[in-house]
Amino acid sequence: MTTADALSTDTASTSTRSIALRRRPREASRDDDTRRVNWWATALIAVCAITVIVPLYLAVVVALKSPDQVAAGTGFELPWPIRWDNFAEAWERSKFPQALANTAFVTVGAVVFTLFTSTMVSYSLARNMHRKAFKGVYFYLLAALFVPFPIIMLPLVKQTALLGLDNQVGLIILYTAYGLALNVFIYTAFIRSIPIELEEAARVDGASTWRIFRQIIFPLLSPMNATVGILTCVWAWNDFIMPLVVLTDPGARTLPLAQYVFQGQYNTDYSVAFSSYLMAMAPLLIVYVFSQRWVISGVVRGSIK
Amino acid sequence: MTTITRAIRTSGGAPGTERARRIRLGGSRTPAAYLWMLWPAVALFAFFHTLPVIVGVFYSFTDYAGYGPWEFIGVGNYVNLFRDERVLQTYGFSFLFAIVATILTNVISLAIALGLNAKIKARNFWRGTYFVPYVLPTLVIGYVFQFFFSKSLPKLLSGIPVFADNILTSPDWAWTAIVALGVWQACAFAIIIYLSGLQTIPGELYEAASLDGAGAWQQFRSITLPLISAFFTINVVLSVKGFLQVFDQIMALTKGGPGTSTQSVTMLIFNGGISGGEFAYQTANAVIFFIVITVVSLVQLKFLQSREADM
Repeated sequence: MTTADALSTDTASTSTRSIALRRRPREASRDDDTRRVNWWATALIAVCAITVIVPLYLAVVVALKSPDQVAAGTGFELPWPIRWDNFAEAWERSKFPQALANTAFVTVGAVVFTLFTSTMVSYSLARNMHRKAFKGVYFYLLAALFVPFPIIMLPLVKQTALLGLDNQVGLIILYTAYGLALNVFIYTAFIRSIPIELEEAARVDGASTWRIFRQIIFPLLSPMNATVGILTCVWAWNDFIMPLVVLTDPGARTLPLAQYVFQGQYNTDYSVAFSSYLMAMAPLLIVYVFSQRWVISGVVRGSIK
Repeated sequence: MTTITRAIRTSGGAPGTERARRIRLGGSRTPAAYLWMLWPAVALFAFFHTLPVIVGVFYSFTDYAGYGPWEFIGVGNYVNLFRDERVLQTYGFSFLFAIVATILTNVISLAIALGLNAKIKARNFWRGTYFVPYVLPTLVIGYVFQFFFSKSLPKLLSGIPVFADNILTSPDWAWTAIVALGVWQACAFAIIIYLSGLQTIPGELYEAASLDGAGAWQQFRSITLPLISAFFTINVVLSVKGFLQVFDQIMALTKGGPGTSTQSVTMLIFNGGISGGEFAYQTANAVIFFIVITVVSLVQLKFLQSREADM
């Protein structure tokens, strides 16, 4: 019962918030739209949205049941009595705090280094595109977009093990390096639209290239930084295959990898496993609920070129 | 690596012609700062991305098992790949999966994007809801789907044999469950792309068309489809590339089973190369896979973009 209540109040608050947000200038032109509200489309969209909600609902209710309740029903029944102990047990058994700390460390590291390196590389490339060597580097990075992970995977395992990078630091380096190709593609187009006069004026006043980058270019890149930050964050947080092949120490496990190991060990104990899954999904989901408009516009900006 | 050394050389000694060209282009001498911004990150990229590719190609011509001694065997691995029933099966599965999942993802996403683009109540709330799967880890939500297919569906649809016996254990139908998970999650991104495409179409076009007596279907065919063809290209190319490399979804649902009926190429490379003692053989497989993906992507881009121009 409580979960259903929580869900419905959550829904109500989000929808009022989004209605309030619709009054913003960007949506103003849409509100001029004189079409009548299309109730058939609204109903259809609402019905189809159920398919998105069903798996999440299932995750929540199963996580709150006792093993007997899970075995007795289809899984969709509301849990009664609610068994909060599942979370305590999952917290212990899946070593949740450690996995959360690892994932947070890797994600924050990846985002910070990605923003730092990708902006510098892109700025350098965008302002020197007329030079053959820079253009060459640009196309070299672009070509790398076609390289699928499986071809890198096997040699990478050897390489990271050899260098002692089969840990969280290694993952940060890999996310930073592998994101570079796509990020440069996103940033350079944007940087080339920044008028060069801005920089020339600063240069005449004696500013160095570094200073121009730090004080003029980087602040102007904020919308793109948001985009790249979001894409990198979602990728590093949820990625499974890279931690699976790179990490060797059980203490270094990230959240998805911890769920994989946990599922292998306790695959019949669904209620505890689902509590663990729910905790693994929750952090990003909560962040998303509170910043959905920002996240969506960021992702769109990165994809429409 | 050569590009980097070349970049450094170009900037170091500036011959007369080089300088003349720079002046003509309105640029001054390349400040060293630009090079320092560029090379460390590019070197890192070359070391962790390009080097493994080269090492992989190198080992694909050997009989390296992942440990112990090895020697060159020429193109032996490549010849064997084309005769290996197991490898051919994974390519068959990956392509079947990618094609079906791409079609479903794009049809469903376009339909939902059209709905979201209509004047509906609480549009931003629905848009936010449909995007939720994007922020979930595939593997973890996959475990929820696994429970749904193996525990819930057999009880809910006990009248239908395929579902009653747990679809994940059916060699013929398990792949459809993987498609369901893949499409469910991929739609989140595709819907948002289509929606932003639809929002670029001016409403006046539809008004003019309906004044001329064009029906809803004709408006869709003659206005909507041509004007979002660029977004269609993005979605299809990204879908195919992503789905061909399917891995997480299978790990969550079937682990390649029953038997090897749902094993994808990525999964075979992972299993065979890391624990199966086929390091060299599977790197050769990965090289072929790389070529296949590149060719498929380029062909699609060429074909879809030529259609964009036609319309």
